[in-house]
Amino acid sequence: MDMKQITSPLQHDVIKGLTVGDMVSISGRIVTGRDQIHKYLTSGGEPPIDLSGLVIYHCGPVVIKEKGQWKITAAGPTTSMREEPYQAQIISKLRPGAIMGKGGMGEKTKKAMSECGCVYLHAAGGAAQYLAECIIKVEGVHLEEFGQPEAMWVLTIKDLPALVTMDSHGNSLHDTILNDSSKRLEELFSQPFSVKK
Amino acid sequence: MYDLIRKTSTVLPEDVTSAIKKALAREDKGSVAHKTFDIILKSIVLSSKKSLPICQDTGTILVMIEGRPDKSIFHLEKSIKDAIRKLTKEGILRQNCVCPLTEKNTLDNTGLHVPQIHFEPVNRPTKISIMLKGGGSENMSTQYSLPNSKIQAGRDMEGVRRCILDAVFQAQGKGCAPGIIGVCIGGDRASGYLFAKKQIFRNLEDKNPSPVLASLEKTVLKQANELGIGPMGLGGKTTLLGVKIGNAGRHPASYFVTVSYSCWATRRYVVELTQKGEIKKWI
Ligand code: SF4
Repeated sequence: MDMKQITSPLQHDVIKGLTVGDMVSISGRIVTGRDQIHKYLTSGGEPPIDLSGLVIYHCGPVVIKEKGQWKITAAGPTTSMREEPYQAQIISKLRPGAIMGKGGMGEKTKKAMSECGCVYLHAAGGAAQYLAECIIKVEGVHLEEFGQPEAMWVLTIKDLPALVTMDSHGNSLHDTILNDSSKRLEELFSQPFSVKK
Repeated sequence: MYDLIRKTSTVLPEDVTSAIKKALAREDKGSVAHKTFDIILKSIVLSSKKSLPICQDTGTILVMIEGRPDKSIFHLEKSIKDAIRKLTKEGILRQNCVCPLTEKNTLDNTGLHVPQIHFEPVNRPTKISIMLKGGGSENMSTQYSLPNSKIQAGRDMEGVRRCILDAVFQAQGKGCAPGIIGVCIGGDRASGYLFAKKQIFRNLEDKNPSPVLASLEKTVLKQANELGIGPMGLGGKTTLLGVKIGNAGRHPASYFVTVSYSCWATRRYVVELTQKGEIKKWI
């Protein structure tokens, strides 16, 4: 399958053109945000930079300072579902173009994505080194007081691979896999175990 | 200790890497699963070459020591903590210890009961088992008390099979599938999790000495992979890399099945130490 090249911040028509199952290669400016950032942004906190169209990456990177410069040494996605209570509100208020993480998100987020035009990008969980190589620059850090993994890192990335698993048309690959595997589980439950030598 | 923990964070054990390679070969070229395994394998090569963390979540640090109970244990404990602090500063371990009362990160990966060090007195040379257990996968671990009417699991091996398959189904891709499952049948609420985790230390290629458990391991591995959940839960032929099942005596009134889910980035090593506390051999 061919990779679609996309650039963050994402234009509205690009977002609308993405559908579940599209493999994408992302370049441009993105921000990280996980639990503390999501709590902060939904309890009256002002976003330190304009998030419209940007990719919000659920990621708590490992960062070190080398000769006064920030260096990301590992940067894979974290479980997105933890942000489910906050994500819809952030999408409708701050209008990011995409949410990137792992594991997918729930109904509320899916609805907000349809209403506001936003997609969910699934990155390869655990592939921290491959993904760190795609970060070509640390532009800056905000809300550092939340601790390194929880701060908002502004990054420039190049050719980061991901899969669209929730689109702005109400589709979710996660729902499909859940339903299919649930049917398979039922079938497997009907084949009781006996010891085979 | 420094070398041991550094290697655990940066070099994926051989048996796990080779299981992922086999999984890649099973997927169709051009599929999402194939691409995902390809990215994972490239990432593993990079981390080992650069001696950097395999995953940014360097996990909860679990240490199990077996050995003769003498004073050297205290020395060992200190050198483990020193190594952890140093590796955290160097970015090889992430700051992963938060005080639940103040919500403050301790910043050096040590804290109340952290790292967890379990000691078992035995009359043999000292052996250390270390695991960095990812938070995302730990969240997918679960415990069943049988009988369980929801999945119609009774107190027998068929019931155990149902528990494990249900746990894998519930986890979907959220524990960074394909996972390695450690299971304990029996024990109590606490020991069940510990013994389940211990199973994850077993080499993926080994064979369970109990014929019943060996057969159950094989069956569940095959069936879990038929669920179609695939790497990261994006669909595919490999949902688990391994299933390892152990057991422990149980109270007549209780029958627990504890499932510990470990992600594809299962980072664990076992070493034997010399009397001076240096690594004698990797097991
Ligand atoms: S579950 Fe494992 S591979 Fe996935 S992010 Fe956590 S530690 Fe990394």
